[in-house]
Amino acid sequence: MRNFGEWRWGIGLVVAVLVLGLPVPQPQAKPQERVFRVTARQFAFEPPVLQVNPGDRVVIELRSSDVVHGLYVEGYDVEAVAEPGQPDRIVFVADRPGTYRLRCSVTCGDLHPFMGGKLRVGRNPWLWKGAALALWGVTLALFAARPRTREGGR
Amino acid sequence: MTARFDVLRYPWVRRLVVSRWPQYLVRVTLLALFLLAVLVGWLGTPVGNRNFAIVGVWIAWWAVLILVAVPFLGRAWCSVCPLPLPGEWLQQGSLLGPRGRGGWSLGRRWPRRWRHIWLQNAGFTVLALFSAVILTRPGVTAWVLLGLVLLAVGVSLVYERRAFCRYLCPVGGFIGLYAQAAPLELRVKDPAVCAAHTEKACYTGNEQGFGCPWGTFPLGMVRNDVCGLCFECLRTCTYDNLALNIRPLGADLAQRRGAKLDEAFKAFILLGSALTYAAVFLGPWGALKDAAYDVGAPSWWGYAALLVGLSWVILPGLFSLGVWAGRPRLSWRRAFTVLAYALVPLGLAMWAAFSLAFVAASVAYVLPVLSDPFGWGWDLLGTAGWAWRPVLDGWLPLLQAGLLALGAFWSVRTARGIGAIWGWPRAVYPVAGYVALMTGGMLWLLLG
Ligand code: SF4
Ligand code: SF4
Ligand SMILES: [Cu+2]
Repeated sequence: MRNFGEWRWGIGLVVAVLVLGLPVPQPQAKPQERVFRVTARQFAFEPPVLQVNPGDRVVIELRSSDVVHGLYVEGYDVEAVAEPGQPDRIVFVADRPGTYRLRCSVTCGDLHPFMGGKLRVGRNPWLWKGAALALWGVTLALFAARPRTREGGR
Repeated sequence: MTARFDVLRYPWVRRLVVSRWPQYLVRVTLLALFLLAVLVGWLGTPVGNRNFAIVGVWIAWWAVLILVAVPFLGRAWCSVCPLPLPGEWLQQGSLLGPRGRGGWSLGRRWPRRWRHIWLQNAGFTVLALFSAVILTRPGVTAWVLLGLVLLAVGVSLVYERRAFCRYLCPVGGFIGLYAQAAPLELRVKDPAVCAAHTEKACYTGNEQGFGCPWGTFPLGMVRNDVCGLCFECLRTCTYDNLALNIRPLGADLAQRRGAKLDEAFKAFILLGSALTYAAVFLGPWGALKDAAYDVGAPSWWGYAALLVGLSWVILPGLFSLGVWAGRPRLSWRRAFTVLAYALVPLGLAMWAAFSLAFVAASVAYVLPVLSDPFGWGWDLLGTAGWAWRPVLDGWLPLLQAGLLALGAFWSVRTARGIGAIWGWPRAVYPVAGYVALMTGGMLWLLLG
C-alpha cells in the first residue's frame, strides 16, 4: 500500500515534468517589422501592451511627455531612454516567444518601481503550461493523492 | 499520519532556543535596524527606491518573510519581531528575562468581545488601501512603522501579554493563518503530564520565564496561529514537556478543532489583496496605479471599492455559493468556516508568486541602498552606482507557474481532507472549481 502511494507521487511528478515540456503552438506568420510609438508618462507606457509574432523585428520609438523615462525590455535586455523632446529608439528581433515585462529603468517619481508594460511575443508558453500544470495538480488531488488529516482517517 | 520529529532532541538546538541570548541579540539588532528605517524614512531621500526605509522593509524584509519565514517556519518571524519589544520591556519591567518585580502595565486582560482577529482583518485591509503610498513614500512608511510600535507600547501598558500581536497587528493575522501550513510546530509532548500539572508554569510563568506572552495554554493548542514561537514555555515548563516538531506541510489545516470565521475571512482578504496587488503593481494599467496612489480622489475610491469588494464580498460570496452547492450537512456558517482553510496553500502560493516577481524586479535596489541608505550620495560598500537590472527573469515564469500549480494541488488535497473529517466528501468539488478560477486569474495576471 505504502509503495503504491509512493509510486503515485512518482507518476504525478513525471507527468508534471512532461506537461512542462509540452510544446505550445505559436502563430506561424511571416516575420515582419513592427514599429511602436510608445509614449511614457508618470507612471505608464502608452500603449501598455505590445503584441508581435515570434521572429518579428521590433522597433520601439520611445518619447516622454513629462520627465526622463527608460524602457527596459526584460528577457531581451535592451533599453531606451527618452527625455521630453528627445525620443530614443531600440530595434531588436523578438525571436523568443513569451510575455516580457517592459519596465521603466530611470527613477522618475514615486510609482517608478511599478511603471511597466508588456511585450507579448506570440503566445506565452508559460501561461499555457502553468494552466495545464495546475489542472493536472487539481486532477491529481481530486482523484489520486490521499488527503492528509489530523484525525488520521479518510 | 502523525509524523513528527522533535528538533529539541539535539542539545545544541535546545540550547539555542532555550537560552535567551541568541533570540535577544537578533531582536535587538532588528530593533536597531527598525529604528534606523524610521529615521532614514524621515531624513533620507524621498525617492522610495533609494531609501533604506522602503528597500529594507518592503523589499528585503518582505521577501524573507513571505518566501522563507512563513512557508517554512510559520510564526518564526514573531519570535524575533522588534515591533512589540519596547512595549514588552515596559510591561515586564525588565530588559531580559523575569526579574521578580512587576513592570509598568495595568495588566488588564484583553476584553472578551475583542478576542478575535476582525480588527487585524480590518487593519490589513486599511493598510492595503494605502499600500501604493506606503510602498513608495519613505516618510509614510516611517510613520506607519512608528505608529505600530507606539500602538504596541500603548497596548502593553494597559493590557497583559502580547495583546497587540495577537489581536491587533495587521501582519500578525496574516502570518498566523499561513503559519498553519508550515512544517514546524511547538506542541506538548505528553498531554497527560500537562493535565496533571496544577501550576501550569507555561501559562503563569516562573523565575525561568514569562507566562505565555500569547495567552496560549500549550496543552489546548491545536493550530499554529496562537503560538508566536517565543519559546518562553520551553524555559518555564518544569517537566520538559514541550517539543518543537518538524511535521508534514499543511498539518494544521484539515482538522476538526480550531477553525474560526474571522480567520476564514482572512483567507479571502489575502486572496483578494494578492489579486489586486498583482494587477496594480505588476499589471500594465497606468490608470489603476494612479487610482491606488491618488488617495482621496474619486478614482482612489474606485480602487478602494475594488479591493474591499473583492476581498470582503465577492470572493467570500462566490465561495459560499460553492459551499451551498456542495450541500453540506453542517450549518452554512460552520461549513464555510471549516472549508475556507483549504484555500490557505493556494493563497500562500499566490502571495509567493506575486512577491517573487515584485522582489526580482526590485532586489537590484538593495545593494545600492545598503551603500547609500539615506540617498545622500554616500558609497559605503562601493555598490551605490550599480545599475538597476531585474534578476531571475528567465526563471521567474517557471517558478511562478510551478508555485501556483503546487498551491492548487495542495489546496484541493486539503479540501479532500476536510471533507473526509466532516463526512462531507462532496466539499472538494466546489473547492476544486474555486481553486481553478483563482489559479487561472493569477496566472493570467502574472504571465498573461
Ligand atoms: S508547564 Fe509544562 S507540563 Fe505544565 S502544563 Fe505547561 S507545558 Fe504542560
Ligand atoms: S506556546 Fe510557548 S512558544 Fe508559543 S507563544 Fe506561548 S510561550 Fe511562546
Ligand atoms: Cu518612468
